[in-house]
Amino acid sequence: MRNKIGVYICQCGSNISDYVDVEKVKEIASQQEGVSLAKITMFACADSAQKEMVEDIQQNNLDAIVVASCSPQLHVPTFRGVAQRAGLNPYNYVQVNIREQGSWAHSDNPKQATEKAVRSVNAGIARVSHSEALVTIKISALNTVTVIGAGISGMRSAVELADMGTFVHLIEREHFVGGRVSQWGDLFTTHESGEEVVTRLFEEVLKHDKIKLYTGAELLSYSGSVGDMKLQVKLTPRYVKEVCNIENLDKAIEVCPVEVPDEFDFFLTKRKAIYKNFESEFPKMPAIDKANCTFCGECQKVCPDIDLKQKEQIIDIQSGAILLCSGFDPYEPKDGEYGYKTIDNVVTLQQFKRLVELNDDKLIYNGKPIKNVAYIYCVGSRQINGDNKYCSRYCCTSAIHTAINIKEKYGDIQNYHVNRGIRTYGKQELLYEQSSIQGDIYLQFYEDSDAVVEKEGDKTVIRVEDFLTAGKEIDIYPDLVVLVTGMERRKDTSIGDILKVPVGRDRFYNEIHPKLRPVETVIDGIFIAGACQGPKNITEAMKSSLSAAAKANSLLTKGEIELEPTLATINPNACEWCDKCLAACPYNAIEKIEHSGKYIAVVVEAKCKGCGMCAPVCPVDAIEIIGFTNVEIETMIEAMAE
Amino acid sequence: MMDTVKENSQPKILVFSTEKISDPAIDLAGLLKMHYPPTVFTISLPCSSAIKSRWILHAFDKGFDGVFIAADGTDCTYGESCIELTSQVVSRTQDMMREKGLDPARLKMAAICSVCAEPFVNHMINFTEALSKSD
Repeated sequence: MRNKIGVYICQCGSNISDYVDVEKVKEIASQQEGVSLAKITMFACADSAQKEMVEDIQQNNLDAIVVASCSPQLHVPTFRGVAQRAGLNPYNYVQVNIREQGSWAHSDNPKQATEKAVRSVNAGIARVSHSEALVTIKISALNTVTVIGAGISGMRSAVELADMGTFVHLIEREHFVGGRVSQWGDLFTTHESGEEVVTRLFEEVLKHDKIKLYTGAELLSYSGSVGDMKLQVKLTPRYVKEVCNIENLDKAIEVCPVEVPDEFDFFLTKRKAIYKNFESEFPKMPAIDKANCTFCGECQKVCPDIDLKQKEQIIDIQSGAILLCSGFDPYEPKDGEYGYKTIDNVVTLQQFKRLVELNDDKLIYNGKPIKNVAYIYCVGSRQINGDNKYCSRYCCTSAIHTAINIKEKYGDIQNYHVNRGIRTYGKQELLYEQSSIQGDIYLQFYEDSDAVVEKEGDKTVIRVEDFLTAGKEIDIYPDLVVLVTGMERRKDTSIGDILKVPVGRDRFYNEIHPKLRPVETVIDGIFIAGACQGPKNITEAMKSSLSAAAKANSLLTKGEIELEPTLATINPNACEWCDKCLAACPYNAIEKIEHSGKYIAVVVEAKCKGCGMCAPVCPVDAIEIIGFTNVEIETMIEAMAE
Repeated sequence: MMDTVKENSQPKILVFSTEKISDPAIDLAGLLKMHYPPTVFTISLPCSSAIKSRWILHAFDKGFDGVFIAADGTDCTYGESCIELTSQVVSRTQDMMREKGLDPARLKMAAICSVCAEPFVNHMINFTEALSKSD
């Protein structure tokens, strides 16, 4: 029990004291058992007030403090710092919220706001009197990060980490690096192509001896915890020798008898079972697609660098942290959604961009020349009935940019933008202006009068009630309908399932806080960057990658990590192993051990997050969360109920 | 004098909130000066699935009229199992309340997201009214 407690009641200028009688709160607090000092401060967070607290603690040998001021969300680190500077354990301090949940919420009733503040402060005193002096848990950390995904986010993060001295295992499921950006042509604002950006990043990756790249690498399992994470990775063979003759390999592609739809071109073209997606793709050698190869051996006859005997390997990787950069999948419309797959001249934006890359002189689709292109926006984003309520952020810009590019590339093209409000934010607004100047026509509809795509004879028609012409129904007869499809989380959720990374309402990986902790997940040591976290354009993806790299490096670079000590603890005498806590724990932080002749559960400190899910399920109440123990909560309840 | 009688008769509610999700919503209500009965007290925990039945029963024993769990719901940063585990806490506790002759409606739960200030205030006003009528 703490019995030399200091209590500080903050006026917050007049934010608190205008509605709460702080004198009365102080008076009653000073009469509570264990309280040896109670004071009112004008601003508890001010430097002068902090210095005074430090002096009070030292001169009066206080063994605990309560600060009654604003929300714990704001100043817990401030007052923990005060305690630490005064030589008091920071966990012998309790914050009481008498502003957001006191004076402000009840400014209509100062008398009862004061009553509530009195009881809340007394509850804080009760809690701190039972507080334990805790020491942060220190564990050693390996200064190595596993980056999952070698798209532009993964490569950018890897280069940044390696520049800062952290070793990187960069694992990529595909046989080539670059991810989705490789599929894109001209990029705004730099006018580099996607291929060029990928090439530049890959060359930087190659320069580093601190980056080890694995392609065809798939995460199989995960164990360990922050500082010492163990990953098992399956390496699918490329069936091509590391040192090889590119010319012979080109011949091998020619002779391969297997043809399959090419997913890189969103099934607009076909490729062989031995393939590369484009000429300058990295690594600069083709790969054999194991799922489609018949192993007929034709390629081996013309190319001795092919080795069909290569075997799958399972390797173990150890690192201090993991950075997830697994990217996104483009939304694929349902059959019949705006005529997708039911009307022959309807494509997605992603298919259209590949089509533009594949057509040099004339824009041709299904053998027909294209002169009029209509874009329907927000397909698979901002859904009224579907799950994707979010805006995909990049698609307005990407569609308009493509519309400008095709006009420049092919000349005589008319673009129609059937949209729900254009979101070309920031500098991207310049593209919107340029497209308007070049004569693109914008029509706008609301969610309650959706655009319709139909067949009318041999023509395709889009009917839209155009808000910009006072709701008049306008029919467009385009040669090609482009559905401006947005981003979705990856359909393959295996990585998230293995690592148990929480997802948000949009089903992308969830950060702790979008502004305060935007690249951290609730799992210590697992970071997220790029479009696996939510729709982002390249600039935004790069910023999050740099941020995540800095966070991961600063976590590991000291070689030692401090963890919050507010964890679950199990009373070994009370525990009679029943496995209910193990089933409730989402982090595998419970282990079964033998203790004094019986089996009991113990908490693995490095894995426990202190969520407390295990505590209520224990049939013998053997589990407590440090800082939220039965005695702490129950004495608070008593003080509040008085 | 009338005021005092009225205030004293207002039901007391204990809210179990969560540090990362529902606490910010309750703070936001205060920041926006959205008023709810001052007989509402809050104890904040890491996650709503950590609430023990014995704490809820203790609150009733000590004079609280209602207990409200401001649950994380689907926003829980600790994972999806939070919803199911918190629901289990509620149903287990309501069984215990029935055994003790307590009306299980005195324990309520609703998902309160980090910006759900208005829903929180409405819950507090409605719960207070419901508890007043049941008295």
